[in-house]
Amino acid sequence: MNRINQKIQEDKKILSIYFTAGYPALNDTAKIIQDLEKNGVDLIEIGLPFSDPLADGPTIQRSSTEALKNGMTTEILFDQLKDIRQSVSIPLIIMGYFNPMLQYGVETFCKKCKEIGIDGLIIPDLPVDVYHEEYQAIFEKYGLINVFLITPQTSEERIRFIDSVSKGFIYMVSSASVTGAKSGFGQEQQDYFERIASLSLANQQIVGFGISNSETFQAATKSAKGAIIGSAFIKHLTEHGVDSIANFIKKIR
Amino acid sequence: MTYQADEKGYYGEFGGAFIPEMLYPNTEELRQNYIRIMNEPSFKKEFDQLLKDYVGRPTPLYFANRLSEKYNTKIYLKREDLCHTGAHKVNNTIGQILMAKKLGKTRIIAETGAGQHGVATATVCALMGIQCVVYMGEIDIARQSPNVARMKMLGAEVRPALSGSRTLKDATNEAIRDWINNPVDTHYIIGSVVGPHPYPDMVARFQSVISAEIKTQLQEKEGRENPDYVVACVGGGSNAAGAYYHYLDQPEVGIIAVEAAGKGIDSGESAATSALGKVGIIHGSKTLLMQTPDGQITEPYSISAGLDYPGVGPMHAHLFKSGRGEFISITDDDAMQAGLLLSKLEGIIPAIESSHAFAILEYRKFKPEDVVVINLSGRGDKDLNTYIDYFNL
Repeated sequence: MNRINQKIQEDKKILSIYFTAGYPALNDTAKIIQDLEKNGVDLIEIGLPFSDPLADGPTIQRSSTEALKNGMTTEILFDQLKDIRQSVSIPLIIMGYFNPMLQYGVETFCKKCKEIGIDGLIIPDLPVDVYHEEYQAIFEKYGLINVFLITPQTSEERIRFIDSVSKGFIYMVSSASVTGAKSGFGQEQQDYFERIASLSLANQQIVGFGISNSETFQAATKSAKGAIIGSAFIKHLTEHGVDSIANFIKKIR
Repeated sequence: MTYQADEKGYYGEFGGAFIPEMLYPNTEELRQNYIRIMNEPSFKKEFDQLLKDYVGRPTPLYFANRLSEKYNTKIYLKREDLCHTGAHKVNNTIGQILMAKKLGKTRIIAETGAGQHGVATATVCALMGIQCVVYMGEIDIARQSPNVARMKMLGAEVRPALSGSRTLKDATNEAIRDWINNPVDTHYIIGSVVGPHPYPDMVARFQSVISAEIKTQLQEKEGRENPDYVVACVGGGSNAAGAYYHYLDQPEVGIIAVEAAGKGIDSGESAATSALGKVGIIHGSKTLLMQTPDGQITEPYSISAGLDYPGVGPMHAHLFKSGRGEFISITDDDAMQAGLLLSKLEGIIPAIESSHAFAILEYRKFKPEDVVVINLSGRGDKDLNTYIDYFNL
């Protein structure tokens, strides 16, 4: 069974952390992943940096630009991860934009992910329709779970379609925004989380965007299975470096 | 076989909508409505009226006597430079502002490189009394200050794009992010035949008035609707899309696309996407784009800010790949000389973008009886400083 599915079955709220590979320094990737697992993180999204990250706010734009300046490439990331399964057992997801994968070759990319022990992918600019028609068979051949986003504006019909194509969990974007936006959830978000929960979807939801601390993590996971922290963790790395990951995670739960 | 977009916005293998889910409702609303709205009689009437009374259409199709003599062929200029605001860009912004009104939008965003599209957008927003935010790369703001001032006079807010290379592609990213953050009340007026479906097709339709007029005007002047060749410069490709539009599926009309070679195709400072690009995804569209082997989008270069885009509209990628279009790239130096020549021979100072189209006359020989229409997409006022510096005027 895919590690993502196993993790989702556990009776606990999932804490997922996103970081940009190659940031702060090119070779921090393995250390960050190992420290996150040691400190009780359930799932990790490894960001493959892209020059033009459309769905990201200033924090992740900056970490992506820095990572590329540091020399990060798809090949280098795969090389850094090649032995990661000797030390890490929680699910690992690569999150990145579609163009670098397209240039690497979608099938070659998926094959490499399987060899390394990557469990899934999140590709914000690969729409579910295109995935379903052109790429689903390839992803599934290599046992990869592709995770799709929904937003407060996504229609119920489309949510049900996304649910039918999803095999792991649904990435529930908390509000109409790019990453790293405001912190704190109001009634509007709670209503949205509950509306989605009431749809009884086949896939559980993990909330992303706007989660930065214990308070927002608790709020987001009241009705959802888990929550993802990205920009706030990147900011922590910027300010405190890679040796204080424990301090950040401990404060979340 | 057609060279128009299919229902999903594909031109052959190019196009489509590779967008984050956050943008799906916005583009879907447009996709479901744009053709219906464009075909409504009330929309058509208002669009045509504004093009006539406000933009100054039809723009003349002018027989360039001295230029024709020099190159020993029959050259007509489609005078888009005479449009209000100085270029063809306003054809599209008029169309899109009316579209935005029909969709009940109350706020407009746009991206701009040199500022021409920003000015054209700010203009129609002033005309309609709608709030306008224009994203512009921080570097472009510094080097295009007169257009920044024009946008401000027109009531628009100019927001600097501070990310990435701080030029057009980053301004486009910022505009897309703004649209993600404001999915309900905002319409994004993209300035070229780029971006996710339905933008390339919608913008091409709004610009198609150019070739519609050429047909009528050429009939009057030459007794035939079709020229032998239609020539246009291509950055993203909106003026070219408009000039080709009604000729795309008429194989007897040769289509010539002129890209900016910058300092030379192999110089590392170029914007010749057909020569240097590979298939990939930029701003939600699958098309040819300039990128590293690793799929990172690179920064193009051209002396002309309007051709300085790392991708090309999917229509043009398809014209290139299928062989329907003949693609020629022109260096900065050749373009500048062609601009000077047109000024001296015809009394018309062209935008440097358009100068690229004229520069092919030195390289591409036409028969004496050929009718060649060159789309003169914009006027050179905005480029005066570049001309001054280049020629030490």
